[in-house]
Amino acid sequence: MARKRIGGLSFILATLLLILAACSNSGNGSGNSDNGAAQEGVLSEIKERGKLVAGVKFDTKLFGLKDPGTGEVEGFDIDIAKALAKKLFGDESKLELKEVTSQTRIPMLNNGEIDMIIATMTITEKRKEEVDFSDVYFKAGQSLLVKKGSPIKGLEDVTKDTKVLGVKGATSIKNIEDKVPGLKVQQYQNYQEAFTALKAGQGEVLTTDNAILYGMTKQDPNYELAGDIFTDEPYGIAMKKGEQALVNYVNDFLAELKSSGEYDSIYEQWIGEKPAAQ
Amino acid sequence: MIDWTILTDNWELYLEGIRNTVLASLLALVGSFVLGIVIAVFRIAPIRILNVIGAAYVEFFRNIPLLLVVYLFFLGLPVLGLVFNGFISGTLGLMIYTSSYIAEAIRAGIQAVPIGQKEAARASGLTYIQAMRHVVLPQALKIVIPPICNQFLNLVKNSSILGVVAGMDLMYFGDIVNADTYDTVSSYAFVSLFYLVLTIPLSLASRSLERRLARSG
Repeated sequence: MARKRIGGLSFILATLLLILAACSNSGNGSGNSDNGAAQEGVLSEIKERGKLVAGVKFDTKLFGLKDPGTGEVEGFDIDIAKALAKKLFGDESKLELKEVTSQTRIPMLNNGEIDMIIATMTITEKRKEEVDFSDVYFKAGQSLLVKKGSPIKGLEDVTKDTKVLGVKGATSIKNIEDKVPGLKVQQYQNYQEAFTALKAGQGEVLTTDNAILYGMTKQDPNYELAGDIFTDEPYGIAMKKGEQALVNYVNDFLAELKSSGEYDSIYEQWIGEKPAAQ
Repeated sequence: MIDWTILTDNWELYLEGIRNTVLASLLALVGSFVLGIVIAVFRIAPIRILNVIGAAYVEFFRNIPLLLVVYLFFLGLPVLGLVFNGFISGTLGLMIYTSSYIAEAIRAGIQAVPIGQKEAARASGLTYIQAMRHVVLPQALKIVIPPICNQFLNLVKNSSILGVVAGMDLMYFGDIVNADTYDTVSSYAFVSLFYLVLTIPLSLASRSLERRLARSG
């Protein structure tokens, strides 16, 4: 019974794949046997369409969050997308934002619903097998949140007796327990509870990704990040595999954004401090 | 469906959890029993102000969720500069919460003893305290044992509240094993098993105690 159903499913999937393959072939036009035409690929599609379609998060504080009042999606990732639309068309409003989640973003990219993913996506070797990444546009990594004036200035001040708070199931717990032998992290159900416990004085340090911690410092400016990140989870813009022209274009765009100082101002607006020297 | 390697791989975590659950339960059990008796006496003593305090205590702690009682200690007291960790906050919350139920059980038991018993004792020259000590309380005890045993059972199960405030109990480590292994069914199946190991003997003991009291009555 179960096998039959799987058989049916895989048949449907195979059919879908065939249709998709047929569509993308016709989309690229005739005679794309040489790679010249394919190289422009998505980039020329975007230009012809006159609009950039970016997959972004709608639920992530600071990076891509939909304001329930205005219906506007705002954040660091959104501003990067706007700046790219501006470079493409000279108009940052020629941009369509589609909501993606960590589960949906790669399928949506590959079936052509979105041109690129700008959604707090960490560059990993495994993901590189499925998509192409731009250069790093945000240096994410694990960090520490402490009350302002805390004697803890970085990971080197954390001992096994430091009261460190975290969230159950987060990889950040294992990371810090590996780096500080003997440390036992107090683990809570979610970040809100962990932050509440920190504010109540139940611990000295809260640890997780710096992007989440920056969101907490916005909530309560009495708290700040201590020290540099101690794991490396760089965010990149993901594009369909093999679209070298688009990747080059996006990398040029990121380089211009950084040299013009616009990157720094976007960074400061959302994160609240200047980016660390690269 | 149940993966026994989850148990063997995480044995130390489960064991630490059981230890803390037993410790928290024992402390809260003794504490809530003593406190429950005091509050019950407050409620029935012939002094108006004590009645009011006792009633307020019972109605307040019995009518808010246990989680809030625990938060009162875990997040509330720190505002006054008093920080208790998750284990202590959880155990205190559990004790206070359960004591309000125990106070009610004891009050009901004492009031179930016919009023004539007390009147007869007082008429024979016993003081209020003596009448309670020698006449009313021994009779009430038989009535209150079953509901109190029930409360103790509830207490052991409710101790899982410690898991929410990082109280290092069985539930806390169950959550962690689940988060580490992604095998939700097995992780929590073992947690259930360990709770049963703790509660079933308690359940059997209370039943045999009830039977013995029934015979002696």
